[in-house]
Amino acid sequence: MIELNDDKCMHCGACVGACPANAIYLNEVILDFNDDCTDCGLCVRACPVGALSLIRTRGLKVPAVTA
Amino acid sequence: MFFKDSYDVIVVGGGPSGSTAARYAARNGADVLLVEKRQEIGSPVRCGEGVSMEIFKHVDIKPDSSWFVNQVTGARIFGPSGKFILIDAKKAGDEVGAVIERDNFDKYLATEAARAGAEIATKTSVVALNRDGGEITGVRVRRMGEEKDVSAKLVIGADGFESQIARWSGFNTNLKTRDTTSNLQYRMTNLDLDPRFTDFYIGSVAPGGYVWIFPKSREVANVGIGLLLSKIKGPSEAKDYLDAFIENDIRFKNASIMETVSGGVSVSAPLDKVTADRIMLVGDAARMIDPLTGGGISNGVIAGKVCGEVAAEAVKAQDFSDEFLQRYEKGWRELLEEKLYRDYMAKEKLVSLDDVALDKLIEVMSAVRLENLSTKEILTAIRSKYPELVKEFEDLI
Ligand SMILES: Cc1cc2nc3c(=O)[nH]c(=O)nc-3n(C[C@H](O)[C@H](O)[C@H](O)COP(=O)(O)OP(=O)(O)OC[C@H]3O[C@@H](n4cnc5c(N)ncnc54)[C@H](O)[C@@H]3O)c2cc1C
Ligand code: SF4
Ligand code: SF4
Repeated sequence: MIELNDDKCMHCGACVGACPANAIYLNEVILDFNDDCTDCGLCVRACPVGALSLIRTRGLKVPAVTA
Repeated sequence: MFFKDSYDVIVVGGGPSGSTAARYAARNGADVLLVEKRQEIGSPVRCGEGVSMEIFKHVDIKPDSSWFVNQVTGARIFGPSGKFILIDAKKAGDEVGAVIERDNFDKYLATEAARAGAEIATKTSVVALNRDGGEITGVRVRRMGEEKDVSAKLVIGADGFESQIARWSGFNTNLKTRDTTSNLQYRMTNLDLDPRFTDFYIGSVAPGGYVWIFPKSREVANVGIGLLLSKIKGPSEAKDYLDAFIENDIRFKNASIMETVSGGVSVSAPLDKVTADRIMLVGDAARMIDPLTGGGISNGVIAGKVCGEVAAEAVKAQDFSDEFLQRYEKGWRELLEEKLYRDYMAKEKLVSLDDVALDKLIEVMSAVRLENLSTKEILTAIRSKYPELVKEFEDLI
């Protein structure tokens, strides 16, 4: 699951365009995440300011973020 | 809501591409609605604000002092060792030619669209594409807590990097990590820079991308970075690399940040197809950004004009089929496609070079005299001196 730090978010949509599952919608200044998220972590890397993080869900191991 | 129930053409996105498409569609007789989800056209700025002068050749745009703030004479590209090459702006086809105020530029283009007869709706989000038996019939919009269906014969997706329209209508706009960049920029003040040049720094200061300094004046400049997603390992790298660059450069010692800008930029090859029945894509939404420079304003505006003109022709002919819309496909590709592919291949090679190879490239380029700045010209010139350095680039010559 992706967690957003509102305090850092610039509402720029870099994560939206980078998401392969189209699981994010930028509603002017609000990011909406839908259930299509696959926990791939790409948005975490794409976010220029580090506003997103991948958190553990369902007891699954968080996949390592690699190049 | 302030607008009607039905239009010939709905343009989604009030950036440069959308406003230009709306303008040329309306000017040629179409009934057009331009929808922008932000509350203000052009703001907040999500751009380095560098444009080539190329744009003025293709589209009727008159520079005015509200947005045309600094025409530069050249671009300097710095290698990792600090050596640089100077590219004369006059010879640099698609390189940076001027630094603009994007917020005012976008408003200028929107004003031109309105003057041509397009209606503009701001703080209005398109939240769905409507269909009837598979055929696109318009869009669903949300504005100030109200939702409404607006019908259209033709929808133009000019909704930028986020490109929801494209995805909702079935185009595959997914980007590979090596075709996506993460960008951060500060608008800095209290600088003392040479405003005649835009500066680019390549190499390990910005893995897979570059740092830019685009001056608006001696005192104010956009200082930004783009990193290739495939080279990014963890969160916040764009910020960390940019902060490190600024920290290590004495010129920024007394500077302050007036604005922070972030965003995604595609550096991919263009989509194979940007039209379907009743729909056209333009600008960033169609992945028309130049993959070598990351600049998308010019291409979006140039393609936007063709897109708008074809939209109006479709209205006149009452033919909105994919087949009819091939006029747009053909028109924009004639103007932009060859360069997009050549620059894509150049980018693919460049990002594979390490600091040592990049320095050598800069050194060689500063030694050869270039009459013209095109990827082909540069490679040919280098080949004449150091054939082994361009061996890998041979297919681009
Ligand atoms: C940090 C950064 C620096 C850049 N520097 C440069 C540069 O120096 N030079 C250059 O040429 N290019 C630069 N670019 C790229 C440039 O900003 C884009 O190529 C350009 O803005 C593309 O214009 P566009 O009209 O296609 O899209 P955009 O300008 O992105 O406009 C799309 C519009 O659509 C709206 N929209 C999106 N979804 C919806 C919806 N569902 N409903 C209603 N409206 C919607 C958005 O709010 C937006 O206003 C930079 C980009 C970034 C992020
Ligand atoms: S983790 Fe992957 S699928 Fe989920 S929102 Fe981020 S980019 Fe999209
Ligand atoms: S990329 Fe980061 S800053 Fe931009 S909208 Fe997404 S979470 Fe916010």
